[in-house]
Amino acid sequence: MKQIEQANNCALERLLSATPVLVDVVPAQEIITNLKDRMILHAGPPIEWDRMCGPMRGAIAGIAVFEGWAPDLKVAERMASEGAFDFEPNHHFNAVGPMTGITTRSQPVMVVENTAFGNKAYCAINEGLGKVMRFGGNDEEVINRLRWLRDSFGPAFGSALRHIGGLPLKDIVARGLTMGDEMHQRNVGCSSLFLRALAPALVETITDRTELSKALTFMGGNDQFFLNIAMVLGKAIMDPVRDREGSSIVTAMSRNGTEFGIRVSGTGDTWFTAPVEMPDGLYFPGFTAEDANPDMGDSTIVETIGLGGFAMAAAPAVAGFVGAGEASEAALTTRAMSEITISENPEWTIPSLNYMGVPTGIDIRRVVETGIVPTINTGIAHRKPGVGQVGAGVVKAPMACFEKALRALADRLGVS
Amino acid sequence: MKHKEPTELLLDSLKIVNIGLESFSQDLQKQDVSVIHVDWSPPAGGNVELANLLSKLGS
Repeated sequence: MKQIEQANNCALERLLSATPVLVDVVPAQEIITNLKDRMILHAGPPIEWDRMCGPMRGAIAGIAVFEGWAPDLKVAERMASEGAFDFEPNHHFNAVGPMTGITTRSQPVMVVENTAFGNKAYCAINEGLGKVMRFGGNDEEVINRLRWLRDSFGPAFGSALRHIGGLPLKDIVARGLTMGDEMHQRNVGCSSLFLRALAPALVETITDRTELSKALTFMGGNDQFFLNIAMVLGKAIMDPVRDREGSSIVTAMSRNGTEFGIRVSGTGDTWFTAPVEMPDGLYFPGFTAEDANPDMGDSTIVETIGLGGFAMAAAPAVAGFVGAGEASEAALTTRAMSEITISENPEWTIPSLNYMGVPTGIDIRRVVETGIVPTINTGIAHRKPGVGQVGAGVVKAPMACFEKALRALADRLGVS
Repeated sequence: MKHKEPTELLLDSLKIVNIGLESFSQDLQKQDVSVIHVDWSPPAGGNVELANLLSKLGS
């Protein structure tokens, strides 16, 4: 259909011409319009307390204590169940968050500006590995780390970025792909490159040597530090792709631990949802699939821009880590994702595939026609609140989301 | 195209392309028969309503 092809070409052009730059880190309340007191942004499509999964509830209880809205976790849970807090998706506020994806007023958020279009996107700082709030952790250790991010690291991070006038991100991703990263479950290369780029500025702007040491140790000790940056650059890239009338390109994929949702450029801000699936993965010692929470997080924005599972061929080590088969099979995943996308990204290439660009521009028509759904690399949270990460794996986007979106697009275009 | 007599067709070696069910090609391979498998399935998994929409939406 000519209208769809034209709209998709326009969407693709906007996607590929994006220029995301990490410009600042500021308290969320200073930059996210309408982020009110006692409002909690979460991952995925809209959801109410009654339908939320365990780790999402755990993170909400924890953040309520962190913000001073509740004296302890028990009271926080009761308040949440009685409607004391407003819940909204990150995506409705130009933001994203990994796993539970909790964002509130006091948290420092990274600000990425897509200078080609002037839009901005936001994401909290990655907390590190182990017991963390994004996986539902909420004890004193977790909350104290958030306090340090708010009071010390976040302001220092922002100062360093302003000192160097912001950090362009596309080149870092391009180099990360040649270093074995796919930017979802492996960010070793990009996190290292990022630290290398920012460290001189941190040295210039943090005068207290103890704090400088803590900041560098925190960044250097977290292989996934770049994950949240990859996500927020993804959001900044995809937002200008929204609202291309007639386009069948997916602009967001996201999960709240209960439902998987997608948004499509030609169908406005409607979420097309279906029950979320269980990841198929490998578990840390002492945990099994019975401990696992269903798929969760806004991090699927990285697959939406052609990274993560779509770039599996760039990161054969990830295939083993997430239990996706032999390293040699990683290329098959990327090839399969090429079947459901309309183009490749010439700036983000995969050496082992003769520098093929990552599959870019998910077309809902191709998904429904081929029966191939997006492959997502993901972390796995414990299903109970407060435990944290128990493994990593691969999960499929539910086909029902794409079928619903296709019917809605057809209806909008007067096709029946 | 040149018309082949039935006897000629049977004397030539077979050139087989299998479309769809992969097990058919695997059975032939087990018998050392050369076969090319084409990974194919009906559009939209055979869902007539969705296949109809896809044909109009230009997939």
